[in-house]
Order: sequence, then structure tokens, then C-alpha cells
Amino acid sequence: MNGIKDLLYREPVVINEGVELFKEDLVKQGVQTVQVNFTPPAGGNPQLLDILDYLSDPRRKEAIALANQEAVKRVITSHPVLVGYGKALDVIPGMTAKTILHAGPPITWDRMCGAMRGAITGALVFEGLARDIAEAEVLAASGEIIFSPCHEHNTVGSMAGVTSPSMYVHIVKNKAYGNLAYTNLSEQLSKILRMGANDQSVIDRLIWMRDVLGPMLKEAMELAGEIDLRLLMSQALHMGDECHNRNVAGTSILSQALTPYLAQTGFSMQDKVDVFNFILSSDYFSGPTWMAACKCAMDAAQGIENSTVVTTMCRNGTDFGVRVSGLPGQWFTGPSQQVIGPLFAGFKPEDSGLDIGDSAITETYGIGGFAMAAAPAIVSLVGGTVAEAIGFTDKMLEITTDTNPNVTIPLLNFRGVASGIDVLKVLETGILPIINTAIAHKEPGIGMIGAGIVHPPMDCFVKAAQALGQNIR
Amino acid sequence: MVMYNTYKQNAYYDSVTLMLFSSKLASVEGIKDAAVMMGTDHNKSLMMKSGILTEELARSITPNDLVIGIRGEGDDHIQQALKVLEEQFENKRQSVAGDERIRAKTLESAVKQLGNPNFAVISLPGKFAGDEAMKAMKNGMHVLLFSDNVSIEEENRLKDYAVEHQLLMMGPDCGTAIVNGAALGFANVVPQGNIGVVAAAGTGLQEVSVLIGRMGGGISQALGTGGRDVKEEVGGKMMLLALNALNNDPQTQVIGIVSKPPSPSVMQRILNLIQNFQKPVVACFLGGDEKLVAGAGVVAAETLREAASYLVDLSQGRQPQKLPDEDVDGIVAGERAKYAASQRYVRGLYSGGSLCYESMLLLEKEIGGIYSNIAHGEYELKDVESSKGNTLIDMGDDYFTDGMPHPMIDPRLRAERIKREAQDESVAVMLLDCVLGYGAHENPAGAIADAIHAARGSGKNYITYIVSVCGTDADRQNRGSQEKILRDAGAIVMPSNQQAALLAAKILKQKAE
Repeated sequence: MNGIKDLLYREPVVINEGVELFKEDLVKQGVQTVQVNFTPPAGGNPQLLDILDYLSDPRRKEAIALANQEAVKRVITSHPVLVGYGKALDVIPGMTAKTILHAGPPITWDRMCGAMRGAITGALVFEGLARDIAEAEVLAASGEIIFSPCHEHNTVGSMAGVTSPSMYVHIVKNKAYGNLAYTNLSEQLSKILRMGANDQSVIDRLIWMRDVLGPMLKEAMELAGEIDLRLLMSQALHMGDECHNRNVAGTSILSQALTPYLAQTGFSMQDKVDVFNFILSSDYFSGPTWMAACKCAMDAAQGIENSTVVTTMCRNGTDFGVRVSGLPGQWFTGPSQQVIGPLFAGFKPEDSGLDIGDSAITETYGIGGFAMAAAPAIVSLVGGTVAEAIGFTDKMLEITTDTNPNVTIPLLNFRGVASGIDVLKVLETGILPIINTAIAHKEPGIGMIGAGIVHPPMDCFVKAAQALGQNIR
Repeated sequence: MVMYNTYKQNAYYDSVTLMLFSSKLASVEGIKDAAVMMGTDHNKSLMMKSGILTEELARSITPNDLVIGIRGEGDDHIQQALKVLEEQFENKRQSVAGDERIRAKTLESAVKQLGNPNFAVISLPGKFAGDEAMKAMKNGMHVLLFSDNVSIEEENRLKDYAVEHQLLMMGPDCGTAIVNGAALGFANVVPQGNIGVVAAAGTGLQEVSVLIGRMGGGISQALGTGGRDVKEEVGGKMMLLALNALNNDPQTQVIGIVSKPPSPSVMQRILNLIQNFQKPVVACFLGGDEKLVAGAGVVAAETLREAASYLVDLSQGRQPQKLPDEDVDGIVAGERAKYAASQRYVRGLYSGGSLCYESMLLLEKEIGGIYSNIAHGEYELKDVESSKGNTLIDMGDDYFTDGMPHPMIDPRLRAERIKREAQDESVAVMLLDCVLGYGAHENPAGAIADAIHAARGSGKNYITYIVSVCGTDADRQNRGSQEKILRDAGAIVMPSNQQAALLAAKILKQKAE
């Protein structure tokens, strides 16, 4: 404590909150001053302030802090490794012949956005459950097909996230905690199922992926045993990726790891050439892989009593959904937001669909938008500056529990990525997590039209805090 | 003429930033009027009055929304203005993002950055300010709480904590402090010395410290308490704590108190405390009876100027001497000769609340009741927008600062009011303060001079403008050049607020006789 006597002897060292003019004047006088960019906690909502007040009681605060430390410890110590590939129906828990998994929180057919509908009808055609898209639409609306969120099946799916029974998926194992995670394979280009495109070229590619790419990867991994994804991900960050929108480095080192085993598979030379060319055709090849790695780590942090750490952020193109460690099985949703960023030539902002995909699992873990400072090369893709990227990355420290020493950012003196988003900190600071993401066309059948930056709606965190207020005694 | 309106939902910017944006917009060619403001009721009505906001739109706007209103000659001009505005937002965004790293989002992270901060200056909206002040104190910091709209219960909660932990909790509604030579909030560059002042009156403290410097004295510490501290409900908690601190401060040899009269029980506590002080004490209880402090060994001063003069006398080992009256008869006669028969009244427009209050007291004594938004009872000005008879207005009052910067920072509202008052044929004298120093506008005299020119151009009568500059030559605005700007605009510049008020009184008194 600085008693008043001490003050009158000591140079003031000042924190200024509010009118910035006062800070500038203090700086002019040579007084050491830091400006606090205040935003009203909980947006000034009195009911929420009561909840925050209730939860900040010292006893509860202590319980929450301990639980959050445990949750984030599990995230940090998680050790995801790639152990194989397999057919969704064979490996994903709860998968059936008539189940379609999708990105984001639960949603019914009638509320699905264009890209999601396009992907689902395409998948039904691909599975042979419908002859064409028109028939698929009728089937999808009939109630015969079970729609279920990937996240409820230890799975994540990029963009629409549509995963149907015969698609091949990654199998990722958490060596530290034993849990598994799954995600389907990158379709590479932009006119693809996950972006809502579903013409014959899309279906043909899915068939080839089912018959050639998937089985070859499966065989290669049977030879390889395991590939350390945490190590590769952390190397990729050192090579200028943030592992959500930039995957140039990650794809190179993942394919380096896979290639010797792909070469040893029993497939024809032509098939191998096709697979290598396919991998070469897009930097995004490893994008889903990192998602599964992140999912594997986040699932390990589920279900810790009193924890306010976010374990899921995902979107289905209509709703944004959040899940919290201390509230297992509960979804907190709000409207999906518009992604702001540059579009491919010929598209206008009004063409873009709302935020979609499970890829925000990367931000939930601490990479992607949270690690933008690691990937200065993509700041223009998402329409920003390098300084902004560093700013965003630093800002995420304000809403997270810890940094992850296993995944670091060279530019920030190898600081670990911000890890363990805390619902309460989001509300106190008014800072929303930042997400780098792709933009799909709002109509079915078209595909990717750009990329940019988006935030979850505050509603998700408000609802989560309300539930935490009820739950934490 | 084209009018353009739009708003952004839930976009918060502080009022000072928005003032800068607005002035950038208004300077675009072909733009007649423009404002960018938060959508408070007060701001909306201001914008509607200026014809840059439609009633229809106003209804759907909440105080959390940012409202943009532009009136210009043509669509091209509006488009150009919008481009300029977008650049402003962009610059702000860039600069915020760019130096994100030397900022903090929360008080806790600022504490981490600084290591061992000992002071927090808080000027957030009132409903958040209390919690932040408490957080600051819990982190061991003293607080200058500039914000108003903090409840008295909250003030007590904060001050009880402060007393228990021997922390300074200056405010709420405290604008000024000088601690170890560092000016916090609104304060002037004054010489360091051996006079310590505690004030429950912000511009009162500024005026006294400025005059002390001008009279050859210097300031050791200048501490504020917030205006309500000496009320019964708060009990003078900070006044007592600060007086004790000054009594124990080796740099302080003489102690000054500047305040409205405390409640009787608070007064008793103050007198009980200072009776035991070895250091001489000068008390200026504006509007209080000198007899209140008689017998307590305290030197009573009636005005801020008198307080400054007594303090300087004592600090230099002299007995306090009454200041001689100045001869202003020549000026009085000269001004009176220029009025029309209808001109009878004074209108005072103040940015400093204590300066307004002191002038009101002085004028009341000489020419009778003065209407004011800070008067109570019969002379309370109910409709702040329309002056009547002799009126003095504190434009730093909540009514004017709801969603707008304080008039010491943003001179726009007062400039408008000067022009409006000048249209009133019953007005003879306009009384104004011009406060310099840290926190204040870069050229307040220029803003007054522009308003005087505009008023002269449109009003029928000759009006006497009397201004006093509360500031020093070391202030960045420079008192000398500010006074020159005012004189060049035809204003009479008096050396203190008291002398300005007394000159106005003399002019009007003789006029009435």
C-alpha cells in the first residue's frame, strides 16, 4: 500500500481511465502514464453486472480460478498426434448410415443457411441416398435424415462441416489424455461441398477422395504409426502460419511427414501422382488436420466443475454456438455474424453468407486469429495491417487464462499463444474473441468467395454467464 | 441545401474524440453544419435544433449509438464529408490498433504494465467510475475521480475505504490536483513553493493557485476533494484526510482551504483538526460567514483572490494584508456611455463552476439576486436554456456535459450561447471566464474572440465583454497571448475572476442608480 505520506514524496505513476487528453498532458509533463481503454463491463447490462459481482465473491472467484487453471493445463498439456484415417461410419462415435454431421450448434433443416443446405444435399447425392439435388432437398426436409453437430461426436468440420457416413476422416489421438478427435479431408479448391457447392465436379471429387485419397492416407498412416501434430503445428507457427487461414508451411511439413509412407502404399503410380498433385493443389490441405488437433485438446478440458473456460466456438451459418468447460452438454447460441474482409473479384458483400464452420476451434485453442502476429503474410488477406495483427494477438491475452508454452510466436519473443478463453473476462472487458475465417456464398451451390475477420455475438457469452451464475454455488 | 443522417449502433467513442471528428467534418468545403455525437437525449435535441437530425431517426437512436448529422450545399459535399469521417474513424482504428501494446484494456493489465502505479485518474461515465475507483484503491492507488453522476452512497463507500487505507480519494466531480509538481486533470503550470491547498472546488483551486503564482508564491501540493465532501452526508472525509496530509508534509508551510461552506458538523470537525496545526491556515468558504471560523486561529478570506493574497503573505512571513480596491471608474464611465436605454443586465457564461459561484456571490452583494442554474430557491434558473434578468450560468453543469465534453475542453456550446445572449436587447455586460492549463482547450480565448466577433456582427447593441483568464504564462496556451487575443476582440480583460465580477457589478450598479 502506498499511504498518503508516501504519495507526497513519490513521483506519481499514473493510470488514466477515460478522457485521453489527461494522459497526453501527463505524458507531456514526463509523468509515466498508461491509458486504459475502458469499455463498460457486460456492456453495462445491470443483470449481468449482478452475475459478475456474484461470481467475483472471493470464495467463488477462487474456485473458478482453480477450475480454469485445471482446464487450461489440460489444453496446454494435451498432445495430439495423427494416428490414422478411416470412414466416418466406421470410426466416428454415434455415426449411422442416415446421419449427416454438420458444423456449429444444433440446427434443423428449415433454419439452415444456403451453404449448409447445398452441402447437405450434395452429400446425400454423394451417398447415393438421392438421385439429384432436388430429390435430396425433399429427403433432407422429410425428417428421415438425422442432423447432428460434429462437435457432439468428437468431430469438427470446416465451413458447412458436412460429414456423411462414407467420407474419410482424420483420426487424431490425444497422447496425454487418451481421447480421440475426427475431421474430414480437405477438398482443396474453392468450389467444394463444404462451401455449399454441389455440382457433378464436386460429387466426383468426393467419390475420388472416398475411393483413392482416403484409403491411401489410411494405408500410409498404418505404415507411419503416428505423426506428432502438436510439434508440426508449433513448427508451422514458427514458419509464418497461424494454422487457420494460412497453411502454407503446415501443409509442406505435414506432406513431408506423409510422403514416404504414401509412396510405400500399394496404390498405382497414377493414383499416387494424383494424390501428390491433389495435395499440391492447395495450401489448405493441412487446415482440417490442425482443427482436429485443436479439437482433441479442447475436448480434454471439457467438464471441469466451476470452470468458465470456453471449450467450443463454432457456427452453422445461422447460429454461433459456444460451450463451456464447467457446463458440459449445454450450448449457448447467438446469431452468426457477417465476416468482414476482401472478396474475390466479382462478388459483393451482400453475396456473402454469415459466419460458418467449426474452424473456430483453432481460435478456441489459441491459434488462428489469436496467433495472427505469427502470420504477417496473411494480414492483407483479412484486410488489416501487421501492427493490427500484433494488436489483436496481444489483446487476446486480456480474455484468456494463460499462454501455451508448447505453441509460441517468434515475433512476440516466443510468447505462448493465448489459451483458455474465459467467459467472465470476455464480459468484463467487452473484448470478443477474434476469428480469421473464409467466406462462403450465401446461396447454395456456389462456394468460397473471400476471407476475413469475425467475432462471436456477445449473446453467447451473456447466456453462458447466466448459466454459470446459476451453476456455481 | 442537403441534410444527411445516419447512425451506428453500439459504437462508443468518447466525447472528446467525437468533438475532433465533428470539427474536421465542419471544415469540409460546402458543409454548413455537422456533428458526430453519442445519441443521448441532450445531444439529440442539440442536433435537432441545428437541423441535422430528423425527429423520426432520433426516436430509434439510443445513448449507445453514434449519430452522424451533416448539412451541406450538395450531395457531393456530403459525400466528401463522409469520406473525411471514414478517414477519421480509420485513423482512430489504426492508432488504437497500432499502439495497442502500450495501452491496456483493463485496470488490472495496466497495473501489470506499470509495476507499481500509485495514482489513477478516472473520467469514465459515472455509473462505471465508482467500481473502477474501488479497483484502483484495492491495487494501492490514490484516485482522482473526475466523473460526476456518482451517487453519494458510492462516494461514501469509496471514501470509507480510502480513509481506512490512508489513500487520497479525490472526487467524484474533482477536476484538479497538483501532486509533487505533477498536474492531474485540469491544472495550471504554477511555481512550486510552500503553500498547500485543499479544495472542494475545482476551478476555485485553479484560480487560487494561479493567483498565488502571480503574487510571488508557490504551491507544494494542491489536493481536491470533490464538491460534496464537506456536506453532512459525506462528513468531510477527504477534507480532513488531506488537511492532515498537508500538516505532515514537510514541503508545506502554509495551508489553504477553498470550499463552499461546510455543513455545521463538518465545519466543527475541520476546526477541531486545524486548531492543533502549527502551520497557519487560510480558509476561503465561498458564501460563508467569516464569523464561522472566528476564534479558531484561522484567517478567513472572502474571495479566491483574497485567499491567494493571504496565503502568499503568510508563506513569506508577513501578516496578511487586505488588498486595496482598484480604481475602475474610468472604465465604468466609458462603457456606460455606449449603452442603449434597454440595456440593463449582466449575463455570465462560465466554464468553471467555482468561478461562476464566486461571481454570483459578488454580484448578488452589489446588485441583488442573480438567476443561475447553480442558485437555489427563488433565483434558481429552471429553464437553463433561457436567461432572464441578471443571469450567470455554469456551463460545466451536468445538463451541458451529458454526452458532450466539458466546456473547458470544448468551447462550442458556450460560443453558441454567447451569440444567443448578444441578441437580447436587455443585455449590457457579458461576463466570461477563460480557463487555461492542462486538460483545457488549446485556444479558449480564440473561441471567445470568434464568438464576440460573430455576436458583434449580428447584435444591435454595444455589449461590454469582461473576461478573466485563469492561467499562467507557463501554461501551453500562454496567458499573455490569450489576453491579447481577447483585448484585440474588444473584451476588457481583468486580472482575476473577482475583479471581473466587481467591474461588472460597478457598471450595472451605476447604471441602475
